[in-house]
Amino acid sequence: MRNTHYTDVAIIGGGPAGLAAALAARKAGAEHVTILERSHELGGILQQCIHNGFGIHRFKEELTGPEYAYRFIPEVEADPGIHVYLNTMVLSLSSDKEMTAVHPGHGLIKLRAKAVVLAMGCRERTRGALSIPGTRPAGVFTAGTAQRFVNMDGFMPGKQVVILGSGDIGLIMARRFTLEGAKVEAVVEIMPYPAGLARNIAQCLEDFDIPLYLSSTVTAIHGKDRVEGVTVSQVDDNWCPIPGTERYIPCDTLLLSVGLIPENELSQEAEVPLDRCTGGPIVDENRETEISGIFACGNVLHVHDLVDYVSEEAEIAGEAAARYAQNQAAAASENQVQRQASQLAITPGEGVRYVLPQRITPGAEVDLYLRVMQPMDDITLSLGGVALARKRQVRPSEMLKIRLKPQHWDSLREAGAVQGRELCLKAEPR
Amino acid sequence: MGAATHYDVIVIGGGVVGTAVLRTLSRYQLKAALLEKAAEVGWGATKANSGIVHAGFHNKPGSWMARLCVAGNRMYDQLCEELDVPFIRNGVMMVARTPEEEKILRDFYQQGLENGVPDMELLDGDAARRLEPNLSEEITLVLRAPSGGIVAPFELAAALAENAAANGADVYTEVEVAAISHGDDGFIVTSKDGGTWKGTYVVNAAGLFADDLARMCGLDAPSLIPRKGEEYILDQRLGDLVKHTIFPVPTPKSKGILVIPTAEGNIMIGPTALELPYKDDAATTAAGLNEILSFTQGLVPKISRRDIIASFAGIRAGSPAGDFIFETSHTGKAVHLLGIESPGLTAAPAIAEHVLQMLREAGLPLEEKPDFNPRRPEVIRFKQLSDGEKEAVIKENPLYAHVVCRCETITEGEIVDAIRRGARTVDGVKFRTRAGMGRCQGGFCTPYVVRILARELGVSPLEITKRGKGSELLTADAKLYLKGGETDA
Amino acid sequence: MAIGTQVNQELERKMTCITCPTGCQLEVTRNADGELSITGAQCRRGEVYARNEILDPRRVLTTTVRIRNGSLPLLPVRTTEAVPKELLADAMRILAKVEVTAPVRTGDVILPNILDTGIDVTASRDMKRAEDAF
Repeated sequence: MRNTHYTDVAIIGGGPAGLAAALAARKAGAEHVTILERSHELGGILQQCIHNGFGIHRFKEELTGPEYAYRFIPEVEADPGIHVYLNTMVLSLSSDKEMTAVHPGHGLIKLRAKAVVLAMGCRERTRGALSIPGTRPAGVFTAGTAQRFVNMDGFMPGKQVVILGSGDIGLIMARRFTLEGAKVEAVVEIMPYPAGLARNIAQCLEDFDIPLYLSSTVTAIHGKDRVEGVTVSQVDDNWCPIPGTERYIPCDTLLLSVGLIPENELSQEAEVPLDRCTGGPIVDENRETEISGIFACGNVLHVHDLVDYVSEEAEIAGEAAARYAQNQAAAASENQVQRQASQLAITPGEGVRYVLPQRITPGAEVDLYLRVMQPMDDITLSLGGVALARKRQVRPSEMLKIRLKPQHWDSLREAGAVQGRELCLKAEPR
Repeated sequence: MGAATHYDVIVIGGGVVGTAVLRTLSRYQLKAALLEKAAEVGWGATKANSGIVHAGFHNKPGSWMARLCVAGNRMYDQLCEELDVPFIRNGVMMVARTPEEEKILRDFYQQGLENGVPDMELLDGDAARRLEPNLSEEITLVLRAPSGGIVAPFELAAALAENAAANGADVYTEVEVAAISHGDDGFIVTSKDGGTWKGTYVVNAAGLFADDLARMCGLDAPSLIPRKGEEYILDQRLGDLVKHTIFPVPTPKSKGILVIPTAEGNIMIGPTALELPYKDDAATTAAGLNEILSFTQGLVPKISRRDIIASFAGIRAGSPAGDFIFETSHTGKAVHLLGIESPGLTAAPAIAEHVLQMLREAGLPLEEKPDFNPRRPEVIRFKQLSDGEKEAVIKENPLYAHVVCRCETITEGEIVDAIRRGARTVDGVKFRTRAGMGRCQGGFCTPYVVRILARELGVSPLEITKRGKGSELLTADAKLYLKGGETDA
Repeated sequence: MAIGTQVNQELERKMTCITCPTGCQLEVTRNADGELSITGAQCRRGEVYARNEILDPRRVLTTTVRIRNGSLPLLPVRTTEAVPKELLADAMRILAKVEVTAPVRTGDVILPNILDTGIDVTASRDMKRAEDAF
């Protein structure tokens, strides 16, 4: 067994979250930052997202995924205080921040960190989780797997495609397949509204006359060896297929774009408590989980619609992790116990699917990130009965961000809401 | 394809029964071949099997099923140890919820005693829940048989074939038998694409298609009853939901719908039992899932639809006689194994011994091979190694440090090893290594597995299939569809 | 098509603004003099987008080209600016025949002045040679 290595801040994952967290940790004074990345290169999923649309908020221009990644990668590589381990898979993480990882050259690596930033990203929901009835032929892929084949590996996984789910990756892949000369027959969405961003409906489907069937789902997959077609049916208000509405669509490929799930196997190993609504860790405004010194950011924390917000969140986590490492674990840990005791729980109420962070220190000026349950027009977002913001149009596909300002805290105090342990965030019609 | 060799025995069908027969034959000084229609062995009913090694109280005393099940069960420890196949004696429980069910359950207990099932006990509901806290409160009486176990059925078939091949047997895949003729030189087995194999004896272990094959040999074989079973796999997070395999009190058609801890650490629920008018419908259905869920939730209430990560279906070779049928033709030189349904997996090693006996009686000389090696080279399962062992295998082969499947922690080293042991397809790699069997169901690792298969087999990724010809994963090189279909140079 | 004769205006088109993730729903109307007016945009860019979408619709094209000896077989590329929408299919066919050789740096011009638009196609990432990649 090799000796244990030590680092101030260990960052698990070198995608957009890990990259921004590493730079922020350095800027906040961490001397020794380590990125553990399982791929042979930095950038994470951005490297296969070759389409544009990244960075509008942060860089005020429309970058492609790789271009966005390269706004960070050279700086990370040039920083002598950031140690990047590529081709390195973290096998275990303990709550006292010890990791085991494997690397083809270094073998088994033991790493102990003062602070850890979880930045492992997410994975795609699969067919099995949805239990689509039918045979199991080749030609059923998640949209992200197809994206990797088409954009990085150099192969087309199909020529005639149906896409189940209108998540953004599915919409983006509808356009990619069409541009590459394949035929996309339809995108099928079980909800009465699309899951992806409106702009992607416009520029990925409408631009290419690809039909979008709402309130519909794939009720059977046909074909013995390779997909030969799917049956699409309309669904009722309870998402149950309506008999008599079946239509058969011939295709050789079914892509699934039915959602993303934060990848928290390592977090769970370190006993980091998770939020059932987000699928990611419960965090405070520093993005610190309920395990002292373990922070989380990016899609491992909750699924983002925009990478710009991932970078923003990662910077909060990276900076806080650096501070934690400097304060020395023991002292910070004690602080955390006290802090946690004084923190308020922020919970999703009417119309709100989730809100993050789930815990905040009273008086903190923080951005709340949330998603709504269903599309709504003209709503008021309120916390503990205090109105925070009005929105003209909200959709579940879009992550909303609202700033909790000093005047809101004043109102909350006046209303006596801060005495409680919990503040409920609601999205109500005006 | 085809072979010039004249085989002593040709086994048709590479399920767990066929491979067990082949491996048993490979102990002797004779030349044996196995013909399998799929791209790899173990892909028929075996792959879709629940993996239960039954204790033996389910079957009528004196029946082939009862005798060979109890005998086969006893052989499992040694077999799986020799072949390095995961096998756990987790025990089985049959549970009763009503006075009527209790009465039937007590009958099964008596039957088990008669069949020679060891160490059975009857427990009241509370005693059973002390062993299995997630059992339903409604359960009042439990028959527990600790000799019941679970095995990875596909791995077992693959291991049997691999060990047989290591001992000199020949395994041919993608050979679908179209005709069997018999002349002075013995049998000539002709495949669909025209290959021929010659042999003195034939063992028909074609599972669901064994009746068709028996008829090719001129036998007036009874028609098998295709009976579909759907199974659903739950997230590994629920791995400790139950330790025992939980059976309801059975119906006349099947052992009922069960809650099964698999050898790999998942929980599986199923199977359904739906008689089919044909043999090729391995589709799962919404109705099947609903039936399984509502039934198993009655046994273990914590089971939820949300936890399902995968589903599959298989078709059992239902026996019209309610028992295994052993027929012969050509003065005993062809042995036909018909209706090998549950407990066929458990019985397989004992069936192989029984077939051996039948061949011996028909005149096959059996002389033991002095150099027979019963052991298969150990399979490295990286995830299960200690840190020190991990360090050592990586030092030996750095491919073990490349984790390809994140969900199950399967390394490139294990995938390459599986390919060298006979995996040819993405499903073959998946079932041998578990790469792609976890939560993401291959979302991340499929592109890597395709690339590794292509590299190891020396073919283009375009030729890599999910499970044999016609199931290629990729349809074209990038940009091909933009070049008007002309092929890349 | 005509919806409001009394105000002498025609609804020309409804569209989703694709300039940013907000995706405003825009309505474009044309008065008797042929002038366009745009409603529904939450910012100036939406009006510009709608006008362009009527007069000269354009899209940024992002795709890949073959790369020899790279750490991957494909290199992601983009047009530096939006190109006329009707040229996308032709541009794809032209780029399908392009092959470059590693190494390549982000921003390197892969194909200048595609289809005489005056717009270049550039690499959107660095790509090392295969042997230098690990």
